[in-house]
Amino acid sequence: MSVTPTLEVVRPGIVTTAQDAGRPGYRAFGVPPSGALDIDALRLLNTLLDNDRHEAALECLYGGIVLRVKQGTARCAAACADARIRAVNGTERQVPAWTTFLAREAEMIIVDAPRNTAAAYLGFSGGMDADLIMQSRSTNIPAGFGGCNGRSLKRGDTIALRAAAESGSEWHYRMTPTLDRPDSLRVMKGPQHDWFDDAMLQRLFDGDYAVTPASNRAGIRLEGEPLVATRGHDLLSEGVASGSIQVPGSGQPILLIGDHPTVGGYPKIATVISADLAAAGRLRIGGRVRFTPVDEKEAARARHVRRETFGHIASSRARVA
Amino acid sequence: MARILPCGDAALLVCMDTEPGGATTRRLAGIAATLHDASPQGITDIVPAFNTLTVCFDPDCIAAAAVSHMIEAAIATAGTATFEPALHDIPVRYGGEWGPDLREVSERTGLSESGVIDLHASREYTVYLLGFSPGFAYLGDIKPELQLPRKATPRPLVPSGSVAIATSYTAVYPQATAGGWHLIGRTDVTLFDVNREEPALFRPGDRVRFVPL
Repeated sequence: MSVTPTLEVVRPGIVTTAQDAGRPGYRAFGVPPSGALDIDALRLLNTLLDNDRHEAALECLYGGIVLRVKQGTARCAAACADARIRAVNGTERQVPAWTTFLAREAEMIIVDAPRNTAAAYLGFSGGMDADLIMQSRSTNIPAGFGGCNGRSLKRGDTIALRAAAESGSEWHYRMTPTLDRPDSLRVMKGPQHDWFDDAMLQRLFDGDYAVTPASNRAGIRLEGEPLVATRGHDLLSEGVASGSIQVPGSGQPILLIGDHPTVGGYPKIATVISADLAAAGRLRIGGRVRFTPVDEKEAARARHVRRETFGHIASSRARVA
Repeated sequence: MARILPCGDAALLVCMDTEPGGATTRRLAGIAATLHDASPQGITDIVPAFNTLTVCFDPDCIAAAAVSHMIEAAIATAGTATFEPALHDIPVRYGGEWGPDLREVSERTGLSESGVIDLHASREYTVYLLGFSPGFAYLGDIKPELQLPRKATPRPLVPSGSVAIATSYTAVYPQATAGGWHLIGRTDVTLFDVNREEPALFRPGDRVRFVPL
């Protein structure tokens, strides 16, 4: 029987957490869905590794990661960044993104920092043995539970995987996914778009918003021409959907993602459509984004296109020669 | 009776036309329970708040129009009897190191510290909603004499179990988080436990009493 692999964190990166597809279903308890910010990347990575699509991987936000294999052999793959394996004798072999590879005992796995997106992902065949809380291994950073001890990784942390690598081929996608930070996101107006006059709504759609350094897994804080609500900026707290663009008194919008508080008291001028939520998760600090208004029909079409694209990429999975 | 508004393509906001308060909260709890009991495939979350219900769903599994119809049916058929409120007695150590803002609240309201405690502990509160953080419940309404705006500068870290007041509400912080409410006491009761099947102790519509230790 082969030993289940364990890895040691040598360099943790900037904010690296275990994330799976999230824990929807608990918002009524004040628990946000959390989960991988780029859910498209996670699903494609898991499909590449022949995992269930929702399996947990390491989400490396802004930085890369360096891990040492303490025991066993792991089959891994990196998404949205390239990787290298460093052998004990110091020699390195390169592994491009979206290609599975074996990492053996005493070797080091080095994942580069993502460049054109916010997060790179490192997935493992068979998944991670991270804390399963409310049916998910996702980390809720603000509340401190789930994933690897409810927090981002630190040097010296141990990560246990759930399965040893099986013998066999390595895999890649012949149709390489391109998951870059978006220039624009599609939104449906509301629910409180009527708190803003037409000129202000047009300002949202004409505007070009900067992703500020205050952005994190709980919200993307944007800066641009202020959006002033004619009805003021306070409403009785109500449940908020992921993708909501809420506008506090400053007029500077906040796009809710990931670990966002589940209720809020600011008017929501528009909501990113579900097909573009993964793209919202790819927004990088220092980048810019625009918003494009669409209706429910276009949102449905976008979901369809997204499913089709996923299917094309998934069916291009092939053995590495 | 209610407006139903889209929040993107994967959620609907149900806005009741009744004023927030105990009756609206119990009505919302009944509607949420009725909707939940219908076990609709594709609906992931039903989140009651002061006078709204947010329903999150998977649009590839169930259409927004179908969710809307189910909500309307639940509104039409739900009675307040669908929901059984629980009563929670929460023991509290008031003041001193447990309630570092009690003195300031007393000064700003013109009440004695024991007066503040009496007014806080003498009523049964309704759980209006959960949010802000896991298990954080907005309870209300506190007596008008105790009402103060939130602190101008929130504390970066409020100890878990802190009993607090701000505007017309009171709450217990389930975790140590940043917080802008006035801390008047502390409880050892666990408000949020990830290992419980229903991880939050309070549900909207429940009743809460604070018991001075």
